[in-house]
Amino acid sequence: MASAERQLEEQLREAGNKLLDPPSSVDELLPLLDPPPPQNFRSPLFTLQSTLTPFSSPSRHSLVRFHPVMRNSIAIAVPLRLRPNISNTLPHHKFRPTCFHSHEGHTISCVPYSAPQTKPMALHFEILGRFNRARAAQLTLPHFVCQTPLFMPVGTQGTIKGLTNNELERIGCQIILGNTYHLALRPTSELLEEAGGLHNFMNWPRAMLTDSGGFQMVSLLHLADITEEGVTFQSPVDGKPMLLTPEESIQIQNRIGADIIMALDDVVKTTITGPRIEEAMYRTLRWIDRCIAAHKRPHDQNLFGIVQGGLDPELRDICVKGLVDRNLPGYAIGGLAGGEDKDSFWRVVAQCTAALPEDKPRYVMGVGYPLDIVVCSALGADMYDCVYPTRTARFGTALIPEGVLKLKHRAMADDTRPIDPTCPCMVCKNYTRAYIHCLVTKDAMGSQLLSYHNLYYMMRLSRNLHTSIVEGRFPKFVCDFLQTMFPKGDVPEWVCNAMEVAGIDISSCCAPFPSCQEKYSSDEIGTNDIHMELRLTHTRSVVVY
Amino acid sequence: MKFAVKKALSSSGARVGVLEVGSCPAPIETPALLLATRKGLPHFISPELLPSLPSPDSNLLQVSPLHFLEGLSTTTISKIGGLHQMLGLKQHGIAAVPRDSIQCLPESKAATRLGASFETPCGRLLIKPKDYIEMISCMKPNIWASLADEVPAWVSEKRNKTSVDRTLRWLDDCISLYPAAGSIFGAIVGGTSLEERKRCAEEVAKRNVSGYWIGGFGLGEGIDERPALLREVMDILPDEKPRLTCGLGLPEEILQGIAAGIDLFDSTYIYSLTLGGFALTFSLDKSGEQHNLQSDQIGSDSTKINLRATAYRKDMSPILENCTCYTCQNHTKAYINHLLNVHEMLAQTLLEIHNTHHYLRFFHVIRGAIQDGSFEEFRQAFLESRREHFKGEAIST
Repeated sequence: MASAERQLEEQLREAGNKLLDPPSSVDELLPLLDPPPPQNFRSPLFTLQSTLTPFSSPSRHSLVRFHPVMRNSIAIAVPLRLRPNISNTLPHHKFRPTCFHSHEGHTISCVPYSAPQTKPMALHFEILGRFNRARAAQLTLPHFVCQTPLFMPVGTQGTIKGLTNNELERIGCQIILGNTYHLALRPTSELLEEAGGLHNFMNWPRAMLTDSGGFQMVSLLHLADITEEGVTFQSPVDGKPMLLTPEESIQIQNRIGADIIMALDDVVKTTITGPRIEEAMYRTLRWIDRCIAAHKRPHDQNLFGIVQGGLDPELRDICVKGLVDRNLPGYAIGGLAGGEDKDSFWRVVAQCTAALPEDKPRYVMGVGYPLDIVVCSALGADMYDCVYPTRTARFGTALIPEGVLKLKHRAMADDTRPIDPTCPCMVCKNYTRAYIHCLVTKDAMGSQLLSYHNLYYMMRLSRNLHTSIVEGRFPKFVCDFLQTMFPKGDVPEWVCNAMEVAGIDISSCCAPFPSCQEKYSSDEIGTNDIHMELRLTHTRSVVVY
Repeated sequence: MKFAVKKALSSSGARVGVLEVGSCPAPIETPALLLATRKGLPHFISPELLPSLPSPDSNLLQVSPLHFLEGLSTTTISKIGGLHQMLGLKQHGIAAVPRDSIQCLPESKAATRLGASFETPCGRLLIKPKDYIEMISCMKPNIWASLADEVPAWVSEKRNKTSVDRTLRWLDDCISLYPAAGSIFGAIVGGTSLEERKRCAEEVAKRNVSGYWIGGFGLGEGIDERPALLREVMDILPDEKPRLTCGLGLPEEILQGIAAGIDLFDSTYIYSLTLGGFALTFSLDKSGEQHNLQSDQIGSDSTKINLRATAYRKDMSPILENCTCYTCQNHTKAYINHLLNVHEMLAQTLLEIHNTHHYLRFFHVIRGAIQDGSFEEFRQAFLESRREHFKGEAIST
């Protein structure tokens, strides 16, 4: 009896320590000891394992065969239910059977599973197709129905630099991002509220996402200081000391009125090491509760939590678990895209996407290079944002399938080809590299045209990712993409490693460098083919009985 | 290019005409406005949004060949196939004029007998007829003005006379070097001297040109000196050929030019307004009456509003209630005010669209007045009521 008491006391103390403001009475503390409700979630150890061991080598053929009924599943309104793969008989991570109700009313297999809906959600996320970890989905938001994977251009101050709304629609932008920090300064969130929200103010008919303002503050302001209360900083307008608390950030975002709002997180650069990262991760979890409490519009604005934890897998897992416990409409993977090496970057993404729930969108913040987006999509992420396409346009750089094209370069002065002969955008159909060359960095029109093309490129990439997954040709798309970008076969090692974990065979794009292929000898590939085929028939990501 | 006068008023030189240029979808009515461009495209209006402007009114562009000297060789332009191809504006009419009144300004001090001089963003350039013709033949505009030696109003008589001699000589050079010209418009200069203007006009009228480009204005002469000079020139020029001028930008100057018989105008007014954050709001009433629509607004007058003013911070109405331009149909004054405050380029784009649209409608109303025969009354009413309600107007150009 005494030992049980002592055990309880121990548990209570532990639970109390985790809380910033522990309740004074034991009665309030006891419920915290109860195990959380079952979630669609895998154990940390499992996810660590899954990121570090590669998939069984995929065959060269497409692994996914889609049932024709499922191809039409776009019309389905029933949300996808997934069964967690709890019993893991195979040493590698495998795919889970999925359940569809076709529009004809056929029920295809499966054990229905429902996550407890304890919070209202203003979004609907339906997976339309998969390849291993990659997924193509339909994300229904209050203002727009989007197809993922998708890229979100950044419209910092209520506009995407130089482009009008109808151009953005023509390009195919689905969601644009607004920066809370900038908008709160000018024109202020109160004015936006009076105007009926940012949608009304800028007359953007589609979806919008606002970040919490935290990142801008720590990156733009030298004197920003992060405390438990919030972020203290000096207002750049008048120098007054100001404080952005989680409550304040959510309030501002409530007034701005975007479809998706981000929790205020304690973000640290991945280049920092030490206890600061752990402190930031736990503080992010404490702040998410304050954000949830302060959120006044859960019925038409989705609050996304942000996974922090630096490059430490254990911290990341604790953070994921904590956020998933809160049953948020969607989750973001933050703290990346800040200068860390690519090898660490993809591992964190892989780990988080493996651990986050299947039926909710995953947003990798700040990821913008086309190559990074393809890799992250292969690993199971859905949403991306970055200033890269528009910023690089203003410096005269165009995005093309081969990489980048520096239009400022002298060689462009008499190049009469379009920027990208394969691109059907207005700029590539009408203008030559030579003409854009004489405009860039000198005239406003130059950056307008390049921004147009670069964003079109990103939207085209998003669309291609989505349709290639839905149509069952994702591996081929990835291979073509890599072959075009690395014609000599010098695919970076981190990409090779990531694609292995993602279960995509890119051997056809890689030159026979030892680093890329050291895991397989040629005879291994030959003899195991048949066995792999047999194994794989049981492990298709989409199983139709 | 084909031009025909449809109606000419006897009371003044004003006339309505029809211009058929290149592959413009429909004939363009004159008097008409040529949109100012930078390297061939409008300063801020994206090619996607050009079609939203009234058509075919907005299909005429003025391009300065000198802009391309900054980074595009004539051989490359040739390879691409000319301006229309290069700019993706195959259905537009392009008039090539070296002077653009914004950034390529004639520098009379540096001109020599060999060529005209211009101050440009890439320095002071001496343009010889041969070089100019090479540019024109590569660019293939629909209309182009011959090379002129423009001088400001304050030069000596001798210098003025020299400018006329040089301009005539260069006109002959241009004609001989490129006889199969698109449509050459002979340049007429002469500063503020009535005799020189007359002499120049007489000489140019003798040459085989498709139209006339009347230069030398907007370079220091007074607005009151102009009518006499214009009349002197117009009396000599044949009626059936179009007249293009440079440097007459303000509405008052446009009306002055139309009254004298000018058909085509370039205008830097829109560009100046846009950069200053102004939006045109003057009335387009057929009678010419300028009712004071927004007299109680700070930072505005009845001709235009300054969207930088804090008064517009919360103004959720469009610039003009019944304007059909893209800006007024989609955005509010508050939004443009915000864009100006945060220095976003979209502000200039939206303003240029509105201002261009408004000015094109102004020309449309003028044409209507000429057709009705009420142009003089229109002009009178416009000028009188335009400055009525305020005293301290300062136009920043």
